[in-house]
Parts: sequence; structure tokens; C-alpha cells
Amino acid sequence: MTPLSGCLLVASMLFAVGLAGALTRRNAILVLVGIELMLNAANLNFVAFWRYGPHAGPVTGMVFVLFSIGVAAAEAAVGLALILAVYRHTKTTDLRQLIRRRQ
Amino acid sequence: MTGNPSLHLWLIPLLPFLGFLLNGLLGRHLPKALVSTIALLFTAAPLALVAGIALRFSSLTLPYIERTAMPWIITSTATSTFRADFAFLLDPLTLVMLLVVTGVGFLIHIYSVSYMAHEEGYWRYFAYLNLFMFFMLTLVLAENFLLMFVGWEGVGLASYLLIGFYFLRESAASAGIKAFLLNRIGDFGFLLAMFLMIAHFGSLSYNRVFAAIAEHPQMQGGFLTAIALLLLLGATGKSAQIPLYVWLPDAMEGPTPVSALIHAATMVTAGVYMIVRSHTLFDRSPFALGVVAVIGAATALFAATVAMVQTDIKRVLAYSTISQLGYMFLACGAAAYSAAIFHLVTHAFFKGLLFLAAGAVIHSLGGQQDLRAMGGLRKTIPITFWTMSAGVFAIAGLPPFSGFFSKDAILYQTFLSPTAGPILWFVGLVTVLLTAFYMFRLWYLTFFAASRAEGGHEHPHESPWVMLVPLILLGVLSVGGGWIGIPSALGGSGHFAHFLDPVLAAPPSPSYEETRITMDEQGVARAAAASTPQAPARPAGNDNQERLFSVLSVIMALAGWFMADLLYRRKPGMAGQLAQRAGGAYELLVNKYWIDQLYNALIVVPLLFLTRYLLWGAVDSGIINGSGSAAAGTVRGLGALVQRVQSGNIRSYAGWLAIGAAALLLLTYFGFSMHV
Repeated sequence: MTPLSGCLLVASMLFAVGLAGALTRRNAILVLVGIELMLNAANLNFVAFWRYGPHAGPVTGMVFVLFSIGVAAAEAAVGLALILAVYRHTKTTDLRQLIRRRQ
Repeated sequence: MTGNPSLHLWLIPLLPFLGFLLNGLLGRHLPKALVSTIALLFTAAPLALVAGIALRFSSLTLPYIERTAMPWIITSTATSTFRADFAFLLDPLTLVMLLVVTGVGFLIHIYSVSYMAHEEGYWRYFAYLNLFMFFMLTLVLAENFLLMFVGWEGVGLASYLLIGFYFLRESAASAGIKAFLLNRIGDFGFLLAMFLMIAHFGSLSYNRVFAAIAEHPQMQGGFLTAIALLLLLGATGKSAQIPLYVWLPDAMEGPTPVSALIHAATMVTAGVYMIVRSHTLFDRSPFALGVVAVIGAATALFAATVAMVQTDIKRVLAYSTISQLGYMFLACGAAAYSAAIFHLVTHAFFKGLLFLAAGAVIHSLGGQQDLRAMGGLRKTIPITFWTMSAGVFAIAGLPPFSGFFSKDAILYQTFLSPTAGPILWFVGLVTVLLTAFYMFRLWYLTFFAASRAEGGHEHPHESPWVMLVPLILLGVLSVGGGWIGIPSALGGSGHFAHFLDPVLAAPPSPSYEETRITMDEQGVARAAAASTPQAPARPAGNDNQERLFSVLSVIMALAGWFMADLLYRRKPGMAGQLAQRAGGAYELLVNKYWIDQLYNALIVVPLLFLTRYLLWGAVDSGIINGSGSAAAGTVRGLGALVQRVQSGNIRSYAGWLAIGAAALLLLTYFGFSMHV
């Protein structure tokens, strides 16, 4: 197994865990966590492809990932703020209950 | 090639068409006086044109053919070109037909002005009548079978519209449909005949088809018989012969002048005209001629027997028309074409007259059509009586009235002809007796004895002069119209037959090929070189024999008159007793041999059954409709299934997205691994 495929395998497992979490969790915060996991799997791919790819010289991949992490942090802040706002309003973070109430 | 001045034949049919357009589009808003002025003007104009042509007819080079600049249909294949033009032909036969159609047509238009004065849809009536004139003139002027067919269909349409003129009456509406459908059967034959002509001659133009036949003297029977028989089928439809005659009696639902013009004088003779026009073809097929003769004789006898017992004055005349048309067919079948056209002309006069007079009688009795409720009208409506008498004597075939000469010519020629012969002649002779009988029966029942109406007639009155003048003119023609064709045996000169000789005797020759047909000059030249096509040989008769035959038919006519006189004047009760004694035979005649019922049971009922249960029930609502709703059901079911996916739940969408992505991934992976 090459180092690249090892990295990709880890990344895909990470992605799968994140996807499963995002799809199945009832708690909105845990869904957010799942999304973060998927994002990080993508970041891991970036780095792996950069490191083991044909153009490993410049730090393009690294820069990309840094940007991505930065954006993800902002997104997580916004997401958490939303969840907090919803929680204040409804006293719950359970997505199923939220959907039911909306209906 | 010829020094003819342009005759503008195209104006003759087009003028009535203009009248139709004017009255048809604007007539609703015009006063009645203006409507009738338009109608009369656009009928008088072609009459004047035709009269002008007739006057200088002898100075014309005939036949005269006129083509519009634009071809109508041109189709080319690698080997041949088919072409049909808007082309008009003028020869003696056309001229005779033109004179009859425009002359009688004009008189009947005049008559209609008064007869229809109080009817709803006055403008509609005259629009249709002008439309009819347009198509009828197209029919007789056409220079090819296709244009003739246009006129042929058109007169059928006009006839349908006018039969169903009182369309609120159900019987009138269905009579129109019946006429239309039965004519359709005939038209089917006409169409097939045209297809065969295109296949064999590559043309529908008269002179090209006939030249092609003349070119090959050895051409006999075979497909010529097929074409002739198919044309005959067309003719039986239009001219109300066995087996397609049943529409004509019902056509009496239309206004009486319509019955006079369309269903007696002109349209129904189109079949006779068509056969005479294509006589070159029929001459080559003795078998087809024999069939024509048998159909004609059978129809003449059959319709005459039915006419003997009908009680509706118009129905008597309708069956009489069928019977007289049978005579014309008999003449065609005996290859005595000039006699057929001669009888066509005299019949147009006296039958037009009889219908108009019957209309005047009905008019004077306030709509009564039943002979049993008439009687004693001789004194109250004398002018109608005298004119109608002229018609009755003419149709009965008594000399010197017109019908005598034409009927005599037919009977004598039939006897001599190898395709008809003595048996059919005898049938024709018996029909003379029956004709005289039923016409004098009508005459006695209408005009003699005392009125049989319940409580007497409500002031029967003579018709206005607008109606009487056409009656008188037609009466004069019915008396003297036959004198143009007195045979030499009876001291005449046979002028009429000689007049038609150029059409009926001469084979198509280069001079016949008048204008710009350049496709096959050689063929036409060969046609001229070829010998005259042999019409079925006819033994020459002699004058004494012909006189004897005339005496015989006069005796028969007088016998018919005598019988009618006995039964309906001298011993009025005897007719009823006789009817009772005859029992079944009388029933048979009164019910017109149950032919209508027979057709109904054999064709209409099975057809309706088939349509209702098989075509409508099974095919239409079962298969066609069913497949539609099955398709709709499938789509709806699938939709219901797929609808569940559209849950509105974002997480389930994301899940589907993930599954889809995974599937694509797998596909790509395995796809690559398979190829690599």
C-alpha cells in the first residue's frame, strides 16, 4: 500500500463517519460535528495529494487547506450561533422535534 | 391551329359561382328581392353566353378546347408525366347539355322566386341553387375525367344541401345523408375507374384516353370492361339506377323546384352523360354494354311498377324519373347514344314540367301531397292542368308529344342492338304501358272527379304568373321539343342524331387534338392512321319496321291510358277491389318490394351493429381509449411511487445524494477496472 492510498483510505473512513453522523444524529450540534469531520477528510485529501502528487514543491496544497480550515472555523462559529439561537427559542436542539414543530 | 375566337367558356360555370358567393356570404342581410335578382342574374348570364355560342355554333371549328394558363396537377415519374388541367371542352354533346342545364335551370330559378317566397332561409336556397348550377356546368364542360369528377362531387354536395333544406325535419336531414352516402358508393367506382385509366393511359383527358383506345383497335374487353363497369357503378349512384336508386324517392324531401331541377332534369342525368361521353370505352366492351342495358331495362320496369301504386304525388314522379333514367341507360346499353341524349333532353323538359306542375298543385292545396286527397282540380287551376297534361302526354309517349319520339328511338334501337335485343325491347314496351298507366292515374286522381279532401279544399287557387310562365314555356317544349329528332321513317330528318354525329360516330382524330398537348404527338398521329374502332355491329333497320314499332308503342301507351281511365274515372271503386284481390302483389308494390327494408337489414343494421359493438365498443373505447387510460394509470402509479422520495426532509435528500455518489463511485471504479 502506497502512502497516498493509506492517506486516502483514512480520509474516506473519516468522511464516511462524518456522513453517517450528519445523516443520522438527532442532535444538531453532533450533526455539525459530522459536517466538520467530512470537511477535515477533504482537507486530509488535499494535503495527501499535494504531498504525494507530482508537484510537491510549492505549498499550494498547504495554503488551500489553511484557507479551508479558516473558512470551516467561521462556518462552525456561524453554525453554533444558529443552534444557540434556535435553542434559546425552542429549548431543544433535537432536529426531529424541530422539524415536527415546523409542520 | 383553329380560327376560333375565344369563347370564354370558363365564364359559364364561374358566373353562378359568383352568385353563390354573393348570396351565400351576404344574402342573410339582403332583402329577398335583391337575393332573387342576384340569383336570376347569375343564372341568366350563362344562359345568354350559351345561347350566344349556340347561335354561331355552325361557324366554329369543333371540338373547341379551352385551357387555363395554369396547369392543375402535374406529377412526373422517370417514365411518364401525369397532367390534369382546368380545361373545358365544347362539342355538340356539351352544347346540348349546356342548353338543357342553363335553360331548364333558369326557368326553375324563376319558378322558385315565387314558390319559395314565404320560406325561411330564402337566401340559402338560392345560394345552393347557384352552387348547383356552378358544379353542373363544370361537370358538362370538363375536358377530363378529373374535372368532371369535381363537378360530379359538387352536384352531389348541392343535392345533399338542398334535400336537407328543411333540416329541422328529421326525415329531410336523413334523406340528405342517405343520398350522400349512396352516391359515395358510386363515386368509389368512378374513382377506381379513374385510377385504372391513369394506370393504363397515363391521362384522364378525354381525347387522350379515347385516342389511346382508338390507337389500339385490338384492345377489347379486359381492363376496358373493368373501367366501363366501374364507371357504370358511378353512374348508377348518380342516376339512381338499380342497385343504388333508393336515395331518389327520399330526395323528394327537398323543395319541389329542387326535385324538378336536380332530381329530375339535370343532376340525375349526369350518369347518362358520363356514359355517352365515354362511349368509345363502352363500345369496346360488349359485356359492359349488355350490363348497362340490363340494368337500364330492369330499373325502368321495376320503378314503373312501384310508381303505379304510390300515393304521394312527388313519389310517383320520383319513381317515374328512375324509370325514365332506366330508358336512357337502356339506350346507352344498346349503343344508341344519341337516342339516350335525346330522351335526356325531352325528359328534362317534361319531367321538369311535371315536377313544377306538381309543385303548383301542392302549392294551390296548401301543402297537400297525397293523391287520395286531391281531385277535381281541372276547373279551379286550369293553366296548371293544361300544362301538366302536356307533360303527362309527353311522358306517356303519345304522338306528337316529345316523349314519343325519344322513347320510340330508344325502343327501336334496343330491338336492333346486339347488346340489348328483343327481350329488353319487350321489357321497355311493357314499361311504356305501365308509364302511361301511372301517369294517367296521377292525372285522373289530381284533376278529375270530385275533390276527396276532408271537408273540401280550402279555396284552391291558381299559382301566380311567376310560376305559371315557366310552366307554360316547359309545356311548349314538352310538346314540341321532340320535333328536333323526328326520324326519317316518320317523315322527319333525324336532325338531332346528325347533330351529335361528330361526337358519337367519329373516332378521335388529330383535329380532335386541338391544342397544346405535345407529349405524345406520335401516338395521336398513329391514332389517326388506325382504323375506326368498331362499335358493336348493328343490323340496319328499315323504315316500315320502324313505323310498325312506333304503332306498337302507341298502342301500348293507349292501353295504359285506357286502363287508368277505367280504374280511376269510369269505375272509381274498381281500383280498390283490384288491389284487394291482388293482395300480396299489391302489398309488394306499395312497400316498394321491401328493398329499403332489405338494404336496412342486410347492410345498415349489420354495419351499425359492427360499428357500435366492435368498432366503438371494442376498438375505440376498449383498445384506443383503454391504451390511453392504461398509459395514464402507469404514469400515475409510478408518480405515486416516486412521490415518496420527495419527502421534504433534507436529511433524506442528503442520504440519497450520498447513495448516488457512492453508486457513481462504484460505477467509475468498476468501469475503469473493467477497461484497464
